[in-house]
Amino acid sequence: MTIKQLIQTKNILLDGGMGTLLQAKGLAAGEYPETWNLKHPEIIQDIHKAYFDAGSNMICTNTFGANTLKFPKNELREIVKAAVQNAKTALKNSCGKQEKFIALDIGPTGKLLKPYGDLEFEDAVSIFAETVRLGNEFGADLIFIETMNDSYETKAALLAAKEYSNLPVFVSNAYDESGKLMTGATPSAMIAMLEGLGADCIGVNCSLGPKALRPVVEQYLAYSSLPVLVKPNAGLPKSVNGKTIYDLSEREFADEIKEMMKAGVHLAGGCCGTTPAYIKALHDLTADLPPAPISQKNISMVSSYTHAVVFDQNPILIGERINPTGKKRFKQALVEKDMDYILKEGVAQQDLGADILDVNVGLPEIDESLMLRNTVFELQSICNLPLQIDTADTGALETALRIYNGKAMINSVNGKLESMESIFPLAKKYGGMIVALTLDEGGIPANAEGRLEIAKKILQTAAQYGIHKKDLIFDPLCMAVSADDQAALETLKAIELINTELGCHTSLGVSNVSFGLPERDRINSIFFASALERGMSAAIMNPYSTNMMNTYHSWRALHGLDQNCEAYITFAQNNPSFSQGIPIPKEAEQSKEYASALQKSIIKGLKEDAAVQTKEILAERNPLEIVNQEIIPALNIVGDGFEKKMVYLPQLLMAAEAAKASFEIIKESTITSESPSDSKCTIVLATVKGDIHDIGKNIVKLLLENYGYKIIDLGKDVPPQEILDAALKSNAKYVGLSALMTTTVPAMEETIKLLRNNHPHCKILVGGAVLNQDYADMIGADFYAKDAMEAVRYLEK
Amino acid sequence: MNDTIFLKNFIEPPVDRKKILHYAKSGAEDQILLQIQQLLEESLPHFSYKIAYGRFPINSDGNALDLGFARVHSNDLKNALLGCKEIILFAATIGIQADRLISKYSRFSPAKGLLLQAIGTERVESLCDLFCLEMKEQLKRDGLATRPRFSPGYGDLPLTLQKEIIRKLDCTKNIGISLNQQLLMTPSKSITAIIGLEERKA
Repeated sequence: MTIKQLIQTKNILLDGGMGTLLQAKGLAAGEYPETWNLKHPEIIQDIHKAYFDAGSNMICTNTFGANTLKFPKNELREIVKAAVQNAKTALKNSCGKQEKFIALDIGPTGKLLKPYGDLEFEDAVSIFAETVRLGNEFGADLIFIETMNDSYETKAALLAAKEYSNLPVFVSNAYDESGKLMTGATPSAMIAMLEGLGADCIGVNCSLGPKALRPVVEQYLAYSSLPVLVKPNAGLPKSVNGKTIYDLSEREFADEIKEMMKAGVHLAGGCCGTTPAYIKALHDLTADLPPAPISQKNISMVSSYTHAVVFDQNPILIGERINPTGKKRFKQALVEKDMDYILKEGVAQQDLGADILDVNVGLPEIDESLMLRNTVFELQSICNLPLQIDTADTGALETALRIYNGKAMINSVNGKLESMESIFPLAKKYGGMIVALTLDEGGIPANAEGRLEIAKKILQTAAQYGIHKKDLIFDPLCMAVSADDQAALETLKAIELINTELGCHTSLGVSNVSFGLPERDRINSIFFASALERGMSAAIMNPYSTNMMNTYHSWRALHGLDQNCEAYITFAQNNPSFSQGIPIPKEAEQSKEYASALQKSIIKGLKEDAAVQTKEILAERNPLEIVNQEIIPALNIVGDGFEKKMVYLPQLLMAAEAAKASFEIIKESTITSESPSDSKCTIVLATVKGDIHDIGKNIVKLLLENYGYKIIDLGKDVPPQEILDAALKSNAKYVGLSALMTTTVPAMEETIKLLRNNHPHCKILVGGAVLNQDYADMIGADFYAKDAMEAVRYLEK
Repeated sequence: MNDTIFLKNFIEPPVDRKKILHYAKSGAEDQILLQIQQLLEESLPHFSYKIAYGRFPINSDGNALDLGFARVHSNDLKNALLGCKEIILFAATIGIQADRLISKYSRFSPAKGLLLQAIGTERVESLCDLFCLEMKEQLKRDGLATRPRFSPGYGDLPLTLQKEIIRKLDCTKNIGISLNQQLLMTPSKSITAIIGLEERKA
């Protein structure tokens, strides 16, 4: 019998703590416990045997930290081999009559993944893969990934387990008392991701005692369609005569766990502070307890690294703005790899109330796979909304799903065989909720019944791939009502049919309905309301549209989904009808202190005002004149003030941001009028390798952009070669390097050498907290800028 | 030797706006105070205030100082701990969400990024101050007095000690601090430090 079969028939007892027992046996401080598999096999075997004797069905090998970060490959091989062998010996020698299994134990690497740590996602996968391969080779029965307190690392470990073995995989996370992982994920977010990635059993261990873990366990039981496991600590640690004691007795511990098993937990053991005596107590107390049924929860959800979005009564807003279709400015950003612009679209939609962000960065002239990967990576470092990966390129889709930190939405599959054959295997491997368009080889059926038939076909095919219907959301497609006056009615009918006959969720790209009509927002928002009324769960829409948001908030308030109408009231207060907005002082009303209203706004750091005023004067004056006669003089005034210490750095930055807002308006106008703003020379900026501080570099970037330089921003932690490549490719006249720490100055020096040898005509500016003139001279820079204004002054000379 | 590691979650320490302005190298201009207020409202709900700590006996043997969890050569620390027989070793953090917010704002608004950096620094410093105060009160009952906290990187105390501290307090698991190759901590708004304990003079 396999362990997966056994779970269907009875409750499973796991083992308890290992570390504390090893310390009691003399494990020295700083000594790796995994080495004892080789040094003291008899002690390890005894501990495993004691757990089997106490009634454990499954024990974990002593390989918590056995990975290539801690051990060389050949030593790791010996350790894992011995560890599995020790477990097998214990299993053979135990007098217990129960079914017994050996789990290869895998704990965290101890490193944090990028972007906030320095471990690459794929490197993490490789590290876990090595241990998985060994455990598989030496005969473990399953893989137990445990004590993970970061969702991204958990994903790396689970992917490795699935890719390098066919063994069952159990995944256990460590939650803190706030009920979240250290990096912020809630239980439902983890459940969504882990189910999607194909874990066989999921749960929680360590950190807390059973009582404190109870709320987390309840979440697991509510959301998980997989068997749930728990391995809590024996309460909280306290110090008694210099020894660490946990405050729960064996019996108290067992009582708590029994309650959890009654509530539906299928596998239970202990973590820190628990011993074979705890497992024995648990065994004695629960031996006759029948297992609770494992139920399919049928909850549709997607997740980010912090939270899950559940599809239920509440309409889900999927922001559509990260998409180049019909947007010149966005296309330009993609071509120029202007990530800031793309990210800003994401954050703005989040601020406006989007629940999920659609991400489409496909353009014929760019490498979509790379761009999509980078966009997902960058978005998920600053925005915690779940993403909907929107691409027709299967390769790009896989790249994005792989590095996505959570369970994504996939946009889209359709009823064509070819589409299903390429999308479903990826969805099965990486998880995801798939948007399914009701069209197939025969096109889009004119009537609702035809679309329902395609939906049925898609459901059946998905089932063959093991994809549950909860992970499909149907888009019955909406045609322009201007071309066919029945179009909207058929779509609405299809929503209702899919909803009632198939019990599936639906979503629409709402704005298609108004194609060819004036004032599209008006009709879109009414159509949106009609679709919601017929049971639509989600809409791909424009959160900037006040009409659409008005419909959304009103509909929720009218359907009892907005307690005390709070969200509606806030929305209404922030968006009063017939409002002119906040009155902006006109050009004519300027005070005498400032040369113009725009200059005043820039100097005062008023972003919104600066943007509005720029728009106004663009009607009368040409862009270059505005830059040279308004923006630059205003910046110079603030810059002078800063140098004279009359203006503080935050004020300088606020002014620079206001100027940037003004530039952004000018940039938009020049795209349409096709008179490209004439930028000065190109400058490559980077924070050097090993250094992850980029605020200084970002400040320099902002100011230089304001003064009209073309900036290629390579970001932080950039290898010397990448900086050289960018400088050569753009034929940059200047390269600006930043470093904050003494430990990264050598990387700066190395970069300078490489640039000198291969791109000798470029000038190199350096800056950053650790640098001074002496350092800069020593490493051979052309110019040391003690602050951003100095960099500007140097270049303007 | 005592090996118990304790974990403690604090409630939000009171915000010190003067300190924030100090870390931002800024004056108290209205516009800036308003920005700080808005940023505080947005960021405060995202911070956590976690501390892991342990108490260790120390010995001076020749040149090196035996801290109970590591041996270290540092005259400055030796002076700071003169007369102490024990230490409290602790690590404090306000969590990874602070880094996410700082990162977000540094991209779109360096002004807000800078102010949020200052807020983060003030938060973790205030957390440490609160913890030290609590230790001081608690240890008074045991007849012990506490010295000011001393962190790796102060004077000649090497940054490499971070490795031992993070491992000893099991920070990665307990409160989510990890070290990168340059020995920098993530979350960035984290502090490790040593508090010397000496017997109170009657």
